[in-house]
Amino acid sequence: MKDRGYYEGFGGAYLPEILIATFDELVETFQAAKNDPGFWREYVDIMSTYSCRPTPLTFAENLTRKFGGARIYIKREDLNHTGAHKANNVMGQGLLVKRMGKTRVIAETGAGQHGVAAATMAARFGFKCTIYMGEVDVQRQRPNVFWMERLGAEVITVREGTRILKDAINESFRDWVTNMDTTHYVLGTACGPHPFPEMVSFFQSIIGKEAREQILEIEGRLPSRIYACVGGGSNALGIFQSFLDDPVELVGVEAAGKGLETGQHASRLSSKDASVGVAQGYKTYFLQDHDGQMKETHSVAAGLDYVGVSPILANFSEKGRIRFESATDKDVVDALSLTIRKEGLIPALESAHAFAQAFKEASAMSKEDIVLINQSGRGDKDIFTVADAFADPKWQEFIKNKAEEYHA
Amino acid sequence: MLKSYLKQRLKEKEILLMTHIVLGYPTFEDAFRIIEAMVNAGVDLMELQIPFSEPIADGPVILHANQKALAEGATVQKCMDFARKAVKSFDIPFLFMSYYNIIFKYGVDRFAGAMHNRGIVGAIVPDLPPEEGEDYLSAMEKYHLSPIFIFSPTTPEERMTYLNSFGKGFIYCVARKGVTGVATDFSRQLKEYLSRCRRATDLPLALGFGVKEREDVDFLKGKADIAVIGSETIRLVDTAGVGAVGEFINSLR
Repeated sequence: MKDRGYYEGFGGAYLPEILIATFDELVETFQAAKNDPGFWREYVDIMSTYSCRPTPLTFAENLTRKFGGARIYIKREDLNHTGAHKANNVMGQGLLVKRMGKTRVIAETGAGQHGVAAATMAARFGFKCTIYMGEVDVQRQRPNVFWMERLGAEVITVREGTRILKDAINESFRDWVTNMDTTHYVLGTACGPHPFPEMVSFFQSIIGKEAREQILEIEGRLPSRIYACVGGGSNALGIFQSFLDDPVELVGVEAAGKGLETGQHASRLSSKDASVGVAQGYKTYFLQDHDGQMKETHSVAAGLDYVGVSPILANFSEKGRIRFESATDKDVVDALSLTIRKEGLIPALESAHAFAQAFKEASAMSKEDIVLINQSGRGDKDIFTVADAFADPKWQEFIKNKAEEYHA
Repeated sequence: MLKSYLKQRLKEKEILLMTHIVLGYPTFEDAFRIIEAMVNAGVDLMELQIPFSEPIADGPVILHANQKALAEGATVQKCMDFARKAVKSFDIPFLFMSYYNIIFKYGVDRFAGAMHNRGIVGAIVPDLPPEEGEDYLSAMEKYHLSPIFIFSPTTPEERMTYLNSFGKGFIYCVARKGVTGVATDFSRQLKEYLSRCRRATDLPLALGFGVKEREDVDFLKGKADIAVIGSETIRLVDTAGVGAVGEFINSLR
């Protein structure tokens, strides 16, 4: 094992022996690419011609006026191709797959955004593609399943365990230990064994690089606070990394689900319910019981509904460099509703967690303060969940009619 | 100690049998009866798997056994109690098998101490390479226990030598890529792999993943020292019940 990737006690590479050689190859390929200035240029080029980089920074004038405090800016990762920051990571890993000469990719997905992004990348680069998705998530994110299949990916419904994101990750590993000669596992977030946390953060760092330049150009100064939602942590690390050495407060927002006190949440760093453990190949804070068995998590946002969290974020949490908060499902639906009405923007339910926390704090800040919110993805995919949350009668009517059309 | 037991045993038998059960599956009572049937049928040593919610190296059969055992209320403490009873009742060596989080959360030193107290002789931890296992290795050493390391067909010879420097008791050779409980091709390739393993260690070699019938065990004679039967007995318990275990083990050798 060439390298283990620790962040002051978090991270590592707890791998079955069969994968050690595969990880050695991946580490080597990634390090060579990282040290090759031409690689980053190739990456930025593909992101600006195939996706929509640089994504804009939008001044949210109406929200700023409503809260009467800090000036609110929104980093528009929703404008990436496939509608989320996930594109940054998959295109980067896709370039590495080409370098390794592999022909097939597999990926887990929760909300389906990473699955769609991975399937898109596979279509573009000509790779075979299999996506693992928990049964619960297949139910709540059906439109993304439809698109993954149209893109030529095989979508496998995972019926093991809690039938959500972590179970999809386990099944991806089981595929990988069998097919590693031809296959790369495109892990979607800054979790898992080394080098994934570092590699995914590296590709996502493009968000913060742009955002820093953009805010300096528009306002001539740095923001006071930056908000990002945290599932595995890739969009948060993406925007935070460029501000680590600045006097900027970084706020990660986890899913409080039905409320921290109910136990039905996915708050690893902002609740007292998680403890340090080792699973899915890395050491971090997990929502687990006394014996080390993983617990069920809950969030209205499938992409945040995960038991672990990036080891890099766990380290920043311990050091106090990043503040972690949480927003309930209800806070999130309210924040989403307000953002749609006030700004004409539709954040994903995941991203709406960052908005919810910023809204709690913006009024108390001065008009001189600037805050950035990372809108990691767009909310179109959440139409079924959001329509349920609003109990929209016209939508329900439409679905009933549609079902009749199919003779259901 | 484990190594010398195995070497002694190998003077009497051409190949040894190691079986694997998931503790608490289908129930602790049944698990005890399964061990009894296996020991009576001449099994030489056994792995007792402490169930874990995320067993990434295991295929569907053992995965479901893990989930079912946990759903029925298996805890690490119940597994520890069970292990004490098993060691007292049967005169073969027992090993624990589990994923690292179980050991980590119990406390690595405390876990090794608990093994020692109960007379468990070693452990197999498939997601703990020696690079991550410093605490584990020193605790195992302290209590004179055997940490079992794993060779795989993708392991280069240099790394086999490295793994061998930490392993005690025997080396567990994984027969192929993939997870547990899927068919293995018992071929010339496997023979060549086993001779690579043999060159890298003087510990006995156990071969697991996909061993399920007499023909497989016969193939391994002279190439490996221990045939490991994992998923197949669980599959048998699922389909034919606990009563079928003894006859099955008898049929293997």
